[in-house]
Amino acid sequence: MSTLTTSATTSAPAGRFAQALPVAIFLVFALLPLLAMREGNGYLVSLGARIMIFAIAAVALDVLVGYAGLISFGHAAFVGFGAYAVGILSAHGIADALIALPAALLVSALYAFLTGIVCLRTKGVYFIMITLAFGQMAFFTASSLAPYGGDDGLTLAARSTLLGAPFMQDERAFYYLVFVCLLGSYLLCRALVASRFGRVLRGAKENTVRMAAIGFDVYRFQLVAYVITGTLAGLSGFLLANATEFVSPAYMSWQRSGELIVMVLLGGVGSLNGAIIGTAAYLLTEEWLSGFTENWKVIFGPVLVVVVLFARGGLIGLVSEVARRRRHD
Amino acid sequence: MSTTLLVVQILNGLQLGVLLFLIAAGLTLVFGVMDFINLAHGVQYMLGAYLAVAFYGLTGSFLAALVLALAAALLFGLLLEFVVFRHLYDRDHLDHVIATFGIILFLNHGVKVVWGAAPLSLPMPELLSGSVRLMEGLNYPVWRLVVIASGLAVAALLYVLVTHTRIGMLVRAGATNARMVSALGVDIRRLFMIVFGFGAMLAGFAGIMIAPILSVEPGMGDTILILAFVVIVIGGIGSIRGAFLAALLIGLVDTLGRSFSVDLLRLVMAPSPARTVGPAIASMLIYLLMAVVLYVRPTGLFPAKGR
Amino acid sequence: MTEPVLRLENLRKTFGALVVTDGLSLDVMPGELHAVIGPNGAGKTTLINQISGLLSPDAGAIRFGGRDVTALPMHTRAQLGLARSFQITSVFPHFSALENVALAAQSRAGSSFRFFGRAAAEPALNAAALAALAEVGLAARAHAPAGALSHGERRTLELAIALAMEPKLLLLDEPMAGTGHEEGARLVGVLQRLKGRFPIVLVEHDMAAVFALADRISVLIYGRILASGAPAQVRADPRVVAAYLGDEME
Repeated sequence: MSTLTTSATTSAPAGRFAQALPVAIFLVFALLPLLAMREGNGYLVSLGARIMIFAIAAVALDVLVGYAGLISFGHAAFVGFGAYAVGILSAHGIADALIALPAALLVSALYAFLTGIVCLRTKGVYFIMITLAFGQMAFFTASSLAPYGGDDGLTLAARSTLLGAPFMQDERAFYYLVFVCLLGSYLLCRALVASRFGRVLRGAKENTVRMAAIGFDVYRFQLVAYVITGTLAGLSGFLLANATEFVSPAYMSWQRSGELIVMVLLGGVGSLNGAIIGTAAYLLTEEWLSGFTENWKVIFGPVLVVVVLFARGGLIGLVSEVARRRRHD
Repeated sequence: MSTTLLVVQILNGLQLGVLLFLIAAGLTLVFGVMDFINLAHGVQYMLGAYLAVAFYGLTGSFLAALVLALAAALLFGLLLEFVVFRHLYDRDHLDHVIATFGIILFLNHGVKVVWGAAPLSLPMPELLSGSVRLMEGLNYPVWRLVVIASGLAVAALLYVLVTHTRIGMLVRAGATNARMVSALGVDIRRLFMIVFGFGAMLAGFAGIMIAPILSVEPGMGDTILILAFVVIVIGGIGSIRGAFLAALLIGLVDTLGRSFSVDLLRLVMAPSPARTVGPAIASMLIYLLMAVVLYVRPTGLFPAKGR
Repeated sequence: MTEPVLRLENLRKTFGALVVTDGLSLDVMPGELHAVIGPNGAGKTTLINQISGLLSPDAGAIRFGGRDVTALPMHTRAQLGLARSFQITSVFPHFSALENVALAAQSRAGSSFRFFGRAAAEPALNAAALAALAEVGLAARAHAPAGALSHGERRTLELAIALAMEPKLLLLDEPMAGTGHEEGARLVGVLQRLKGRFPIVLVEHDMAAVFALADRISVLIYGRILASGAPAQVRADPRVVAAYLGDEME
C-alpha cells in the first residue's frame, strides 16, 4: 500500500513544516520578479508565470487524485478547453478578458459536467481509461477544427484586454495576475479539502461502500468535485493561452494529462503544496535537461520509474523521511 | 457512395478491428488477471515494428525478421516484467499509471535516439505485396488480407488456448479471482509472467504485421493504445470474447464513420458545413459509443468479473 | 396490532443457478432485538445486503417504516434511518476513530455541500461523535487512527458509526465475529444497553450472545425462515434442533 502523506487524510493538525511550506512557496513566487529585475532577466519572469499556470491545474488535479482518489487521465482537456475559448473568441475579434475568462470557465465546467456524468459511473481502471478516452476525444475534436488552425493551432492577435486596456501585455502585470489566480485557487482547494464536502470525498476514497451505508450519495459529491477541478483547469488554460499567445490541440493531449499527474506525484500526492513543488520541479527539469538534448525524456522516463518504486511520496515525502530520520538519531 | 467503396472500407474496418484485437487481448488479460494498468502496451507494439525493421535490415528476409522480432519482443516484455512491473502488482493504480507512463517516455524517445525521428518502412514479402481482385472493379491489397487472416487465426488460437488448455483455464480463473487461484496453490508469479509475456508478444506481432502498411515512427503506439483501451472498456475487462467483439465493432465504426461521415451529413445539411463538421464528428464517434455503452453498463459488455 | 418497522415479503435472490434467498418473509417489530441465526451458507449476509440495499432482490418487497424501499439505493435507505454494520469490518482506516463517527454524524446533519469551514473542528459533529464513542466504550481511543485499533475495537467502532446515524433500525452482521471472549462480553453489554431504543436485527453465530439478547429469533435455513418466535420456543422446536441447533448447543 502506498505511503501516506502528512495531514492529507487524517484530522491531525498540520505540522509546522506543512504550515510554513506554502508561505515559503508563495513568498518565493511573489519576490521572483524583483529578483529577476535585478538580474535583468525577463526570461525568469515568464518561466515563473508558466510554472504557476500549470501549478493551478496541478493543484486542482491533486484534489481529485490525492484527496478524492479519482485518477483522472484527461485533465489536460479542461486546460485545452479554457485555452481554446480564448483562442476562438480572439479569432472572432473578441479579446476582452471579461468575456473570455467566464467563457473559458463555463466551457471547461460544461465539459467536466457532461463527461463527469458518464465517467463517475465507473470506477478504478475503467475510470482512468474513460477519462483518458474523453481527453483524446477533446484532442481530436480540436485537431479537426480547421477554421481554428486544426493540428497547427491558432495564434492570438494579442493577450486578453481588460475593458480595452492591454493590461496583460506587461510581463510583470501578467505575472502578478497569474500569482493571484494561483493563490486564490490554492486557498480554495485548501478550504475545499478540509470542509465537510472535502471530508466526504476523502471518506469515499477510503471506503465507498461505507460512505453509501452512512447515507452519502457519493456520485453527486464526486461530480461536483470533478466540475470544480475541471473549471480550475480551465482557468489555467485561459492563462496559458495568454502566456503563449497561442493555442494548440497539443494542450489537450494525453501526454499533457500524464505530465500533469507526474507533476502532482513528483511533489507528493495529496498535499496540495506538493502539486506546486512538483510542477516547479518538472518544468525546471525540463528547462534544464532540454538544454542538453532534445530527447531528455529518455532519461526522465526511468527517473519516473525510480521515483515510483523508491520515492513514492515525492519530494515532500523525501523531505519528511529525512526529517523523521534526523529526529530519531 | 459506391458498393466498391463500401466493401473496401468494411475490409479496412475489419483490418483495424483485428489489429485492435491483437493489442487489446494482451491488455485485457493483464488488467483482468493482474489488475495491472499497463500503459506501456502501446510502446510494445511500436517496439515490435522497430525490431522488425532492424532485423530486416540485418537479414533481408521478412520471415526471419518476423520470427526474430517476435522473440525479441517477448524477451523485452519479460525483462520489463521482471525488472519493473512485478514490484508494482501490489501497489495502487496511480503507481501503475506513472511507472508505465515513464516507460512510454523512455521508449518513445529511446527509439528516436537509436533510429532517428524520421519514419521508417518495412517492405512486405514479395509474394504478398500485390493486389487481388475481389470483385468487379475492386482490387484489394493482399497484405491487408493477410493481416486480417492472421488476426483471425490468432483469435482462434487464443480461443482454443483459453478454453481447452489448463493454462487457459488458470488464466480465466485468474481473471475472475486471482487471489483464489493463488490460494489454490498455483504459482501465481509464473502465471503472471506467462500472461504478460504472451500479451507483449501479441502486441509486438501486431506491430510487425502492420509495419509494411503504416510508417514506423516514434509515438505510433500511442493512439492505437487509447483505441485499445476503448475496446477493452467496451468489451469488459478480462474478457477475450468481449475484446474481440468490441475490437471489430470499433474498427468498423471508426473506419466507416470516417469515410462516410461527410456523405451521411450531406443528407441533412449543406455540403460546406458537412465537410467541416463531418471529420470532427467522425473522430468523436467511438468515444460517444464508449460513453453510451459505459453509461448503461459501467463495467462493459462482457466483464470477466461479472456484474 | 402494531405495524412492523421492517417487513420482508417473499424475497428471492439467485446467483446464477444458486438460490440464496428463497421466498423469505420476516417482520421486525418496534423496539425488539430480533436475532437471525442459521448455518453457514444459509444466506444471512445476503439477506442483510438486500435489506440495506447493497444487493437488489430478484423478487419480493422490502418495507421500511411502512414505505416500500425495494428500489431505493443504499444511501437513501441510510438517510431514512437504516443503519448497518459489516461482517468484514468496514471503517475508514486512515481517519481517527472520532472522524469515523463524525462522518456519520455529518451525514445525519445533512448539508454536506459546504465548501468552507474545517469539518474536523466542528463542535456539534465532534460532540455527537464522542457521545456515540462513549456509548460503546471507545471514548479513550477517539484520536487513534482506525487502522491502528484492535480487531475487537474496530468491530465496536462499526457500532458507534451506526449509532451516530440515529438509526430507526440497526442491522448487525455478526458483530462478535473474530472477537475474543472479553471483548465479546463487552459488546453484549453494549447491546443490552441499546436494546429497546430502536429495533435491532442481529445476525450472529455466537449462541450465548443470541440467547442472552434476543426478544425474538428467526432461523434461516437454505434461504428461507424455518421458524420464528420467542427464544425458548425456538430452542425447543424439534425442526430447528434437527436442522441447526443440535450441533450448536452443548
